[in-house]
Order: sequence, then structure tokens, then C-alpha cells
Amino acid sequence: MNPSEQGGSPARGRSAAKRGLAAHGGFQVKDCALIALATGRRAQNLRELRNGLQAVDAGSIDYHFWGARLRPRFDDPEYQNDFAAWARHALHDGKMAERLGVIDPTDFDSLEELRHELIDVIEERLDESESVNWSRSDQQFNFINSQIVVFDTHRAIETPEQLAPLVASLSPSSIFYHVIDARRRTPDSSDDFRAWLMGFGDTYQDLCAQIAGLDPFFPTLTELRDGLASLLRRYFGRRER
Amino acid sequence: MSAGIRRYAEVAGKDVIDHLYQLAKPLSGSRVVHINSTRVGGGVAEILTKLVPLMGELGIDARWEVISGPDVFYQCTKAFHNGLQGGPVTMTNEMLQAYEDANSAFAEEHRALLEDAEIVIVHDPQPAPLINRIGRRKGKWVWRCHIDVSRPHRPVWKYLRKAVSRYDASIFSLANFAQLLPHPQYLITPSIDPLSEKNIPLSPAEVQAVFSRFNLDPQKPMILQVSRFDRFKDPLGVIRAYRLATRFIPSLQLVLAGGEASDDPEGQAVLDEVRAAAGDDPDIHVLLLPSDAHRIVNGLQRASDLVLQKSIREGFGLTVAEAMWKGKPVIGGNTGGIILQVINHHTGFLVDTPEGAALRIRYLLHNRSRLDEMGLKAKRFVRENFLLTRHLREYLTLMLALTHGDGGRITLT
Repeated sequence: MNPSEQGGSPARGRSAAKRGLAAHGGFQVKDCALIALATGRRAQNLRELRNGLQAVDAGSIDYHFWGARLRPRFDDPEYQNDFAAWARHALHDGKMAERLGVIDPTDFDSLEELRHELIDVIEERLDESESVNWSRSDQQFNFINSQIVVFDTHRAIETPEQLAPLVASLSPSSIFYHVIDARRRTPDSSDDFRAWLMGFGDTYQDLCAQIAGLDPFFPTLTELRDGLASLLRRYFGRRER
Repeated sequence: MSAGIRRYAEVAGKDVIDHLYQLAKPLSGSRVVHINSTRVGGGVAEILTKLVPLMGELGIDARWEVISGPDVFYQCTKAFHNGLQGGPVTMTNEMLQAYEDANSAFAEEHRALLEDAEIVIVHDPQPAPLINRIGRRKGKWVWRCHIDVSRPHRPVWKYLRKAVSRYDASIFSLANFAQLLPHPQYLITPSIDPLSEKNIPLSPAEVQAVFSRFNLDPQKPMILQVSRFDRFKDPLGVIRAYRLATRFIPSLQLVLAGGEASDDPEGQAVLDEVRAAAGDDPDIHVLLLPSDAHRIVNGLQRASDLVLQKSIREGFGLTVAEAMWKGKPVIGGNTGGIILQVINHHTGFLVDTPEGAALRIRYLLHNRSRLDEMGLKAKRFVRENFLLTRHLREYLTLMLALTHGDGGRITLT
């Protein structure tokens, strides 16, 4: 059953549009391209990093956790966020790197909460240190922000059963938009697939729970896509049987 | 899909090309003008040679114009180049006058084109003052800096900043290079073209041919640095690293291959220094290649066991990505854009001294399985991150960001 045929409220309609869903209730595939911008703010020690974190746009914090998915990086990075990698490789502060590296942004409801956690962890390290380590001047931490350009691919599906083949064919940047970027667009920090499935009432509640179990933080976008497509194939395969 | 761009789908994937078409659609018919100071020689000219036609295939009215001037103009712009990379330089009034005059002449000649263009992308310092001479600008002007300006010689930057500040945006290869400027500073890394003569696959016979052509011994291990004869590329440091390594690997041979660039007046002086340092060592091969010797460079890179790029300053270092694309690990200077490409212990090694380079040369030549493994990783890393298609996508994204919106999110309807 198509949720729009059930007659969604105007508020729900606005929410759907915000999430990139087609007006007719189908799932409309969008894609995106990200471009990085230097903020001009730099840090050469932990104290400067903390000060920078207090001042930068929240989008910059988001970029340093998630933006790496769409920029040149090695496929198996030692740390999942830029703050931890910098603490290790530029400050040579292993303890700080481990404590920053374990922070999972999906544990926080908002970027402001994530910002506070980062600042707390850094201040704790500053409190226990006699002195601060300095990076080389050419290895300072550069706070980066980004702009995202979103566009319609003119591809859409009408029923959840079509999701598995659709997801399997999506570009990595489309996965970024519908899974990673969606966290900032959806009130419950969800992804666009679950947001759409929730529109079918309780029918796909179990599927949504399974998708929620996919950790988007560690895999590459391609691995995330393949994992999601595989989950969807298994789910709808079982339903057919 | 046009024939030229379709070929890239075979290397980068069809979805990547579809993505480019979708991004380019809102820019269809827009006039985009690139301006630099040479059509041949150097990474910028190589990128524009490919990028401009591809933009055209995507429906953009892309042009490429080249500023030129008398010898003193190139002396001035080379001094700018050196100064921006931190070298202490002195510029005479005569040099600066030639620089400004060349920009005035170019502006007069191309005024209509520059006034009407939707986007003008000015590459490096040579044409930067153009913006001062085009008062009625219809479109957005972007200054694209390919140089490592992380620690510029201040008087040089101060002079240039007056012009750069007037642009609507600038582009740097690394965040480290960004400066205090009153406009958005985008970050775009350069790229290599997998279908160019320099990077296409070669037959084993063609690779073997470089040995006989340059009197190289195919039975001996070979290391290579390809770059202009420029002090920032540290060719003398490479010779020192080679000499240190030959104590343990006496059969080692070194190739230093450099091209000529029409906008580099210092090349001959550095080449003379390199030849003097090489002396009469029969295993050091200093090759001065014409700027169009792309296939020869390709063959040399494939014939090498490993590649060096021991720069002490480097905007990006396209030769690093080129070598990695051929499955070669790179021993690179721990500086500039090399850091983005050489992932220490994975795709090569970062070094700070000739001694460090010598140590890594010995390590890799004694650990062939490690060398091969790093070469495979290097190639994959380039495929995913440093091909022309990614570069083009970022240019399109930037153009859309500049022309279609403001703020962090631009939604195309």
C-alpha cells in the first residue's frame, strides 16, 4: 500500500518533501556532490583544537567525522575521524587519539552534543597533561567545512520490494545523501530509507529495525551500500517464501 | 554520451560519468574561461588540455586562453612562483612593470570574452592581476592556486593578495595552503588523466624500448624521478640518496628525467647543477625530454622498480599519482600534496632527507613482495581518488555552488 494513498497530513507531506520523497509517495533517488572549503581556522596543539571546536560551524565537525567518505582517503584508515588521526600523527599523543577515535557520532542526537563531547574529552586530556604537544607547523589541524549540491536523478520506485535492486545500483554519493546526509535532515537522525518505510505504518517495522542495526560509521560507502542491499534482498526473499 | 567521455566510463565506471552529466546539466551553455601561462609543460597545462574539452562535451562552453609576455615577464612570474613557495626573492620594478603590462595587454585583447563569461578561472599568479583590469564582470571569478603557498615569502604574497582578494573565490590543493582571504576558499586536489599518452597501458615491448633508447640496463634495478629541473624538486638530494643506496646496491641505476616548460627560465641553471653533481657516473642518467615526450615518460615510469619525488616543496606532485597509477610505490618528500598521495607504509614512504630516501630505496629493493603489494595499493588508491573524472566533478560542484546558491546546501531543481 502506498502511504500517500492513505492520505498523509500536510505536515507529513512537508516532512516527506524535506526527506527527498516523491509527492506520490514513491522513493525518489537523489544524488549529491560535496566540495570542501577551508575555514581558515587552524590548530597546532590541543588547546587550540579545543578553542577551534568551540568556535567552528557545526558543519565543520560533521565534515571531520563524515566528510572523509567523499574525499581522498585510504580505504582502511587507522582512525575514523580527523581529530583522532591528527592527535596521533601530528601531536603523537596516543592516549588522546584513542579517546577521540572511540567517539561514535551516531551516539549523539545533535552536532552540538557531539561538539560538547569532543571538548570534554580534550579538556580531560589537558587537565591530566603537564604540557601540551605541538604539531609541526606544516601539520596543523585545518578546520574544513563543506557545501553539498543535491540533485534529482529522476529515478524512483513505488514499492518497498523494489528497494533491494535500487540500493544495489546506487552511486556511493547517493548512498552518502540518503544515509549519511539524511541524519541531518530527519528529525530522528534516521536515513531516508527508514523514513520512507515508516510511512507504511507498522508493515516494515522489523525491516527498519534491521536497517537501524547497520553501523554506517566504519564501512566505506560502497560497503554500506552492499550491506544494505544484501539485507534488503534477504528480507524480501524471506517474505516471498 | 559522447565518444570522448564514454572512454572514461571504461576506467572510472559508468555511474561516475552519469554523475558528471547530471551535475553539468544546469551549467549547460555557460561560458567558462580558463587562463594560465603555458599550453605545454607542467601539470596545469596537462590538466587543462583534458579538462577543457571534457567540459565542452558536457555542454559547457569552455575556453582556454594563455597569457604571455617578454622574457622579463617570465622572470617575474618565476620569482612569484619561488616566493610563494617560501624562497626569498627580489623583484625589480622592471619585472613588476612587465608583469602588470602583460596582464593589461591580455585584458585588452580578451575584454569582451572576460566581461561576458559566467565563470573565469585564473590559474596561478601569472594572470592574477587580470581582475583589476576587467571592471564590468558579469560572472564569477575564481583564482586557482596550484602552488604550495603554506609559508610564502611575505612581500610577494602581500603584493599578490591585493589582486587575489578581489576574486569571488579561490581554490587550493590543500587546506594547509589556504590564506586569510575575504572569500570562500575551496579545496580541490589535481588529478591525472588515465587515458592520456602518459598514463595509458603500454605493450611490454614499448616499455623495454626505453632501456635501449636511453642506454639503461634492464638487468639492473632502476629508480626514477620525473620532474622539472627545479630546486624545489631537490634533484641534488635524489642524487645523494642514490649514492648512499649504491653502497649497498652497487648495481642501482638512477634516471632523472625532466621536461622543459616555456614559463621556467631557471631550468637550465638547475640542469647544469644536476649534471655537475652526476659527474661521470655511468649509472646516473640525466634526461632532458621535450614537453611532449609523454609516452617516453610513461615507459620510464613503467620500467622503474620504484619512483621518487623527493620535493622539499610541492603544490601537488602529479608525477606521484602517475607513478602510483602504474603500480609503483613512491618515495616522496614529506611535504605539500605528496602527503595526500603517499600514505606512509601503504602506497610508499614519506621522507625528509636524502638519508631517509636511501633507506627506503634499500628497503623496497630488498623486499620485492612488499614493493609489489604497495604498488597494487597505490594503483587502487589513485583509481578511487586522483583521476580526472573526480577532478571534473569537483569543478562542476564548485561552479554550481558559485552560480546556483549560497550557504552549505544547494538543491538543484
